[in-house]
Amino acid sequence: MRALLRACGELSVTAGLVMLLFCAYLLWGTSSYTEWYQRILKRQLQETPKLAKLDIGDAVGLIRIPRFGRDYEYAILEGVGSEHLRRGPGHYPGTALPGKVGNFVLSGHRTTYAAPFNRIDELRRGDDIVIEAPEARYTYRVSGKQVVYPTDVDVVAPVPSHPGERPSQALITLTTCHPEYSARQRLVVFGVLSGKRERRTD
Amino acid sequence: MFPEARDPMYGWIWRVIPGGIWVKLVTVLLLSSLAGVVLWYVVFPMLEPHVPLDQVTVGR
Repeated sequence: MRALLRACGELSVTAGLVMLLFCAYLLWGTSSYTEWYQRILKRQLQETPKLAKLDIGDAVGLIRIPRFGRDYEYAILEGVGSEHLRRGPGHYPGTALPGKVGNFVLSGHRTTYAAPFNRIDELRRGDDIVIEAPEARYTYRVSGKQVVYPTDVDVVAPVPSHPGERPSQALITLTTCHPEYSARQRLVVFGVLSGKRERRTD
Repeated sequence: MFPEARDPMYGWIWRVIPGGIWVKLVTVLLLSSLAGVVLWYVVFPMLEPHVPLDQVTVGR
């Protein structure tokens, strides 16, 4: 009996240590992959800025959010499969492109894989979300926030929450998980295009 | 040589490792780092996709 308890004890301690290490891996270990891939995407944006056709996995542009500081900059890629979101914030294929009329929808991790959208709950109405696309810099202004269930696909409609309606504005929508560390709900941030600056082409 | 009831795993490992206390200590350190590296670079990346910790998209 004693021996059995001892064996159980040792196993439990070992399992506990392994789980702690796994948590550390989820929070910090996964980031190193994202950081490595972000460098590849940023290089792609510099070398082949304007792609004739955007394929899944291609770099779309950069996202900057001034509220999160000058260093906040992630390369966005096309696609929202788990393998894409590991590399950075993903653009929903089929939704509008940056600056275009319709809804430019991005999803990003909140706690793992460098957690690009970790702090988007802090965004307030009027905050800027800057998208550096190859052809221009687009500035969107945050217009609202919402917590929805994962089945609420209407938030990614061309006119959010009004599926089937024809869009007349260029909008941005960011989605991430909510609450933090959970898959129960989604936090959604909406924005409206407020400015555009063409890039010099030389 | 074999595990005893008194010290099922860690005690047994400690006894099986040869050498004096310092050699034992270094060996244990190496072994545990090896286990850590295998977990971090092989096991955890395989496990991670099955953890529903950070799901961010909407869809049916």
